[in-house]
Amino acid sequence: MNVAAAFLSGLLLGSGLVISGMANPAIVLGFLDIIGDWNPALLFVMAGALAVALPGYRIIKGHKPLFADEQLVPTRRDIDTPLVAGAVIFGIGWGLAGICPGPAVTMLGIDPKSALIFLGAMTAGIVTRLMVARFSRD
Amino acid sequence: MTIAQVLPPLFGGALIGLAALVLLALNGRVMGVSGIFGGIVNLAGDWAWRAAFLAGCIAAPLLLALTGHSASIQVDATLPVLVVAGLLVGFGTALGSGCTSGHGICGISRLSPRSVVATGISWSSPSPRLLSSGI
Repeated sequence: MNVAAAFLSGLLLGSGLVISGMANPAIVLGFLDIIGDWNPALLFVMAGALAVALPGYRIIKGHKPLFADEQLVPTRRDIDTPLVAGAVIFGIGWGLAGICPGPAVTMLGIDPKSALIFLGAMTAGIVTRLMVARFSRD
Repeated sequence: MTIAQVLPPLFGGALIGLAALVLLALNGRVMGVSGIFGGIVNLAGDWAWRAAFLAGCIAAPLLLALTGHSASIQVDATLPVLVVAGLLVGFGTALGSGCTSGHGICGISRLSPRSVVATGISWSSPSPRLLSSGI
């Protein structure tokens, strides 16, 4: 059942990304490009998402999930260097092509060629991070 | 923007929020796409629900197209730009433990200081497009 629930959640996310326009890199770049012809659409996407998720999270918080034993939610609250450096690097990559991970996966159902190129490179980026972490630990 | 232009982003955004609630309420998981994807890349073991979630994302535009709402997108990035952008997004989200969905929506909804900071930074990172336009 948890597999079906995950599919449903993905379906909702993908639909939301398509309907909101966030799956379209041109709209995202129009938002990040604040000195050009600025398109504020992403602010409304975020507002719509948080209007649902903020109160919803408060209600669900601490409840046992229907198809799992417990909620696996991050507990760290410290602001460390990897968090800040990672956010800067991610932000630059996002601003380059207008694509972040959710839209990249959803794009597989719209423009598979561009999506595969991006996701292949994204996978290489994740593997690079894993290797750096392994070597720096040894 | 007119009301007619604002409604689709608001409604689509609400669906994204609902997706996050469904995953937490049913599976107890954070809806962070970089983390869900990354768990498959680093062979975390629990790949079935992760693959199902990603399959749902891919199915969404296909199902919407069947109902006459085909998505039109415009990818301006050239091949080298797509590759560099993908590398930076993969490395950055793995290092910073999250992306727009995990930090931006789930983290902010949990009022996590880490997610508020990460989202603030990634949403205001100097876009290379701005730099190239002479600012």
